[in-house]
Amino acid sequence: MKVVFERPQALSDVTTHYCPGCTHGIIHRLVAETIDELGILERTIGVASVGCSVLAYDYLECDWQQAAHGRAPAVATGIKRALPDSIVFTYQGDGDLASIGTAEIIHAANRGEAITVIYVNNTNYGMTGGQMAPTTLVGQVTTTSPRGRDTKEAGYPLRMAEMLATLKGVNYLARVAVNSPANIMKAKRAIKQAFTVQVEDGGFALVEVLSTCPTNWRLDPVEALKWLDDNMIPYYPLAEFKVSGEVK
Amino acid sequence: MKHEVIVAGFGGQGVLLLGQVLAYAGMVEGKEVSWLPSYGPEMRGGTANCTVVLSDTEIGSPVVSQPSCVIALNLPSMEKFEPMLKPGGRLIINTSLIDKKAERADIEVVEVPATEIANELGSGRVANMVALGAFVQQTKAVDFTTLEEALKKVLPQRRHELIPLNLQAIQRGAEETK
Amino acid sequence: MLGDKVLMVGNEAIGEAAIRAGCQLYFAYPITPQSELPQLLARRMPEEGRVFLQAESEVAAINIVYGAAGAGARVMTSSSSPGISLKQEGISYIAGAELPCVIVNIVRGGPGLGGIQPAQSDYFQATKGGGHGDYRLIVLAPASVQEMVDLTALAFDLADKYRNPVMVLGDGTLGQMMEPVEFGDIKAEIPSKPWATTGRKGRARNVINSLYLDPNKLEEHNWHLQAKYRRIEGAEVRYDSFNLADAQLVVVAYGISARIARTAIEMARADGIAAGLLRPITLFPFPTGAIAQAAEKAAAFLSLELSAGQMVEDVRLAVNGRRPVHFYGRTGGIIPTPQEVYEEIKKLAGEEVAK
Repeated sequence: MKVVFERPQALSDVTTHYCPGCTHGIIHRLVAETIDELGILERTIGVASVGCSVLAYDYLECDWQQAAHGRAPAVATGIKRALPDSIVFTYQGDGDLASIGTAEIIHAANRGEAITVIYVNNTNYGMTGGQMAPTTLVGQVTTTSPRGRDTKEAGYPLRMAEMLATLKGVNYLARVAVNSPANIMKAKRAIKQAFTVQVEDGGFALVEVLSTCPTNWRLDPVEALKWLDDNMIPYYPLAEFKVSGEVK
Repeated sequence: MKHEVIVAGFGGQGVLLLGQVLAYAGMVEGKEVSWLPSYGPEMRGGTANCTVVLSDTEIGSPVVSQPSCVIALNLPSMEKFEPMLKPGGRLIINTSLIDKKAERADIEVVEVPATEIANELGSGRVANMVALGAFVQQTKAVDFTTLEEALKKVLPQRRHELIPLNLQAIQRGAEETK
Repeated sequence: MLGDKVLMVGNEAIGEAAIRAGCQLYFAYPITPQSELPQLLARRMPEEGRVFLQAESEVAAINIVYGAAGAGARVMTSSSSPGISLKQEGISYIAGAELPCVIVNIVRGGPGLGGIQPAQSDYFQATKGGGHGDYRLIVLAPASVQEMVDLTALAFDLADKYRNPVMVLGDGTLGQMMEPVEFGDIKAEIPSKPWATTGRKGRARNVINSLYLDPNKLEEHNWHLQAKYRRIEGAEVRYDSFNLADAQLVVVAYGISARIARTAIEMARADGIAAGLLRPITLFPFPTGAIAQAAEKAAAFLSLELSAGQMVEDVRLAVNGRRPVHFYGRTGGIIPTPQEVYEEIKKLAGEEVAK
């Protein structure tokens, strides 16, 4: 019998702690498939961040370092500088990357650090109970914006991909979503490209992945996929912003 | 034998360099030495000083409360450090820039027009070496012959062409205060 | 005889010693009064085919250190007091994940932005943890430029030996002053690090981590760390002494303060006062035993610090109430003169030793 579907070798055979309907699992799988396809498991070192993906090191079979909140790009820089032949990636949420870790991500990108960044944006701090993040949409209700995000007090949602696209050091930059099979296929291509850039010594690559958070959004998983489509994608357009260092 | 020397002047007068040449010469002669600069926010133009200790035995404090000698290249330096000199200590004054007399009677004052001599030699910048020459003449803290080796160590290679001029300045400072 | 002696400022001596000790990567952010160190290494590290990187902040620098140390490299960062405060988060993670690295603190006056003149007011921060959680750094306190060389080399070895961050605690004076140094035969013997994340080829995967969500596991990890600190206390205490054997008044001082104390003690001895010096070289582990032993014979102690009184607490713990422990210090970047310390010794000798 022909095997048409199996667990990627790089994906651990364990149950994750993620909530039902959360799309972190899909993103983990896409990264694992990419590692398998590029044959880089034995030289890949992941950097886990703080947030829901804090335990990512339990789910992918490569070496890992666990970083302090927001500091994953700095930790990745240290690993890559010490071991230039390794493949180093960070896996960070929007609170981690777009709030407390803005300095680290901007400077790692600007240096053109040869690392791959998987940036998962679900518009809130999921792990700590759904607080407002820099990416929370205008008017979106969270546990710390109970009347909806008010721009007069909390400013506007940060479009990290667009900001980082202005930096010369960035080789590849895309925003994708994992809320439909078609989008997941595109997300896979972007993630694979972001790792391929590193394998080919191309420099810094980042993929922003729009992800759902049914629990904190107070939606069922299917509604959450639709909410992402209706609310997130209009504000966070899906696109490749930079390819081979060129702005698209 | 122990020499505790404070060298002071304007930033740019070569105060720190003077101290380094002296410290290096001491080290070349096998003495224990330390060189401690003042440091502060003024990168240029402010006042600068350094403390050099030359000793036959292990140096405790590189910080000196009662120097045995003060080399003052400008007036503010003299006013600041003259009171600290230990009784019987030496005050070397650059009379080109200091028109005031020393106040204390219990010290030995050595006057040398360092800047004028340096200008005569063609570069006001070696006034520090004229003062060093006066210091070595008075104290015999190190041998004159060692200073050339010290200059080679302290000055970067690209400045080595200036060594003869520096040695000339040291010699003039010594002769002036014989 | 000149030998291989060179005259160097302390900051540069640390840099050159680190290179000879096999430091492969160095990351830092500029701050006075330690800037000569990154400036030297910006030039020297690439010459040696090694990595120098100026980070965007002290926070980034210490986390880059974490990454490189976790990848198995010999790695160093340096800063001065306010910058070291910024690094505390990363240092706690490094201690928790048991990563070896060397952190240099050329201390200046605080609190806050403070000043840029020398101080020893980061003693608590350095020796009691500094960041969150129950952890210790090994803290080495050089008192001369030569010791900055020797202790920097030792710092790398101890870091690897115990998988623990090691701090070289200097001050602005030591960083800026020049003294003759010899590098001798510093050996870069880097042990194998099978725990490092170098890619899982040929082995099970490695994870560098300080997260233990199960409190039982976290407690176990903490006792493991504590056992290591007790081992360090048993094996790595270093101190020096001067005129200690018959001292009635024992001055306890480290770093630049110890140098000033030594001169003041010479002045006191010339006056017939039986003063002596006990100079901790390791601040953690602290020479508690040596101080307790000195308390058998001495009449009183004086802790001399460029702070408002920090190490004095450890001296009191060591003396354990058997003898009076006095404190003398200057703060804010002021260095006491030997004369000033001598006066203090004379005063205490009159009060305490005469009794």
